[in-house]
Amino acid sequence: MSKANLNRRKDQLFGYFGIFATLIGLLLLALFIFQIVSDGIGRLDWDFIKNLPSRKWEKAGILPAWTGTLWIFVLTAIVVIPVGVGAGVYLEEYAKKGRLSNLLEINISNLAGVPSIIYGIIGLQIFVRFMKLGGVLLAGAFTLALLILPIIIVATREAIKAVPKSIKEAAYGLGATKWQTIWTQVLPIASANIITGVILALARAIGETAPLIVIGALAYVPFVAKTPMDEFTVLPMQIFNWVSRPQQGFLLNAAAAILVLLMFVFVLNGAAVYLRNRSRKKFGL
Amino acid sequence: MAKSNFKIETKNIDAYYGDKKVLHGINLQMEANTVTAFIGPSGCGKSTFLRIINRMNDYIDGFRKEGEMLIDGKDIYKKKVRIEELRKQVGMVFQKPNPFPKSIYENVVYGLRIQGINKRAILDEVVEKTLKQAALWEEVKDDLKKNALSLSGGQQQRLCIARTMAVEPSIILMDEPASALDPISTAKIEELIYQLKQDYTIVIVTHNMHQAGRVSDKTAFFLMGDLVEYDDTKTIFTKPKDERTENYITGKFG
Repeated sequence: MSKANLNRRKDQLFGYFGIFATLIGLLLLALFIFQIVSDGIGRLDWDFIKNLPSRKWEKAGILPAWTGTLWIFVLTAIVVIPVGVGAGVYLEEYAKKGRLSNLLEINISNLAGVPSIIYGIIGLQIFVRFMKLGGVLLAGAFTLALLILPIIIVATREAIKAVPKSIKEAAYGLGATKWQTIWTQVLPIASANIITGVILALARAIGETAPLIVIGALAYVPFVAKTPMDEFTVLPMQIFNWVSRPQQGFLLNAAAAILVLLMFVFVLNGAAVYLRNRSRKKFGL
Repeated sequence: MAKSNFKIETKNIDAYYGDKKVLHGINLQMEANTVTAFIGPSGCGKSTFLRIINRMNDYIDGFRKEGEMLIDGKDIYKKKVRIEELRKQVGMVFQKPNPFPKSIYENVVYGLRIQGINKRAILDEVVEKTLKQAALWEEVKDDLKKNALSLSGGQQQRLCIARTMAVEPSIILMDEPASALDPISTAKIEELIYQLKQDYTIVIVTHNMHQAGRVSDKTAFFLMGDLVEYDDTKTIFTKPKDERTENYITGKFG
């Protein structure tokens, strides 16, 4: 076989391997979704959504869990957006490039890789014990905010980096201050990409279980949280609780709850993709 | 100190990026209401020098300059000088048209809005006046709400010039303003520069020798960070004193 032929053959083989590798991921996901849907769809009805949990599986519902997830989503967003975006803007636009900013950068990347349960321990120590909040929604939101803060800082920096330098220079050239340039040009152009990053990070946060278990979120919550200082549960914790029960019926409940959580996450990811595409078109990024 | 008669005057400007010296003791005087062209091969320091005139290099890490840059006899690098005020006085048009991703109208009035001027009547007047000056009014007057990014490259560049004029500078710096444009748009920009001379002092960096010859009163030739020769454009192009200038102009290098 000639050298050229051999190379072409290698090229082909790698193409097949690529298809195979992609299909493995997709097939497993499809299999998983099929399994969950076939198990859970039968349990997914209005009663399941509006009922409180129960010791009898056929009466149990996820009202406290999905409202808790919604609470956590909103509270975490409120806490994390100003801090994360603020830090991102500072690091990208204000911080002098040097040894200190390098150190900060490396540490933020490292933080993004810390296991989530460690954040749970930090949250337990700081928010639950030191600030004496207890295992309430607010403590959970603070903890999850810490967890996704590095992701949002990185996303903000990337979004700001994607704003053409020429736009900033145009604003400076017309007499804009640094702050005016950031506020009137950089952030509006970067906003869609920042929001995309925030949404993806929040989608991750609402899927977390471990840190919330550590800070003492409850598995059995027979009420709907009304204020950020109420105790709570979330969908992943409800699912975790049900799959560890011996009765078959609770497994079906878990599948139905997983369906709800998945829908949540898919809607969020869909919104993120939509926003990203729209901003690319609008600003020609 | 006696007030200088020159609009722009530089005394021994050295410039560095980190340890690298990119300008060596530049001395130049430019009179009001003239067009001065900076020519020279890529990397000769002419753009760096241009950006020193409105302190656009301030945000570049590692950039440093020595010497004095006087505008109307005042050193613009003094501590008490507010950089935003300076930029209102010294406008800039860039190599690539860089309109904001906003409407044509909002592009023109941006410089006013950031000064807190929001009166509709004033803004409308400025938009019409500057777009007319920039020879763009007839083409866009019915479409002022249209996104500026939908304009052609040449129209975008004229919009950028209008936007610069809206803040009423006395000096306009142009960094190869026509290098990304087709010949017809280039001709329009050149025509525009010629007219703007009545109201503004213009400094233009260009790679196009003919352009320098057509639009400028004076020409400065830069080479590897040195100002080789600075004289009336006619003299530079017909009887240059320095051999290097002659070689460059006749196309022997660069």
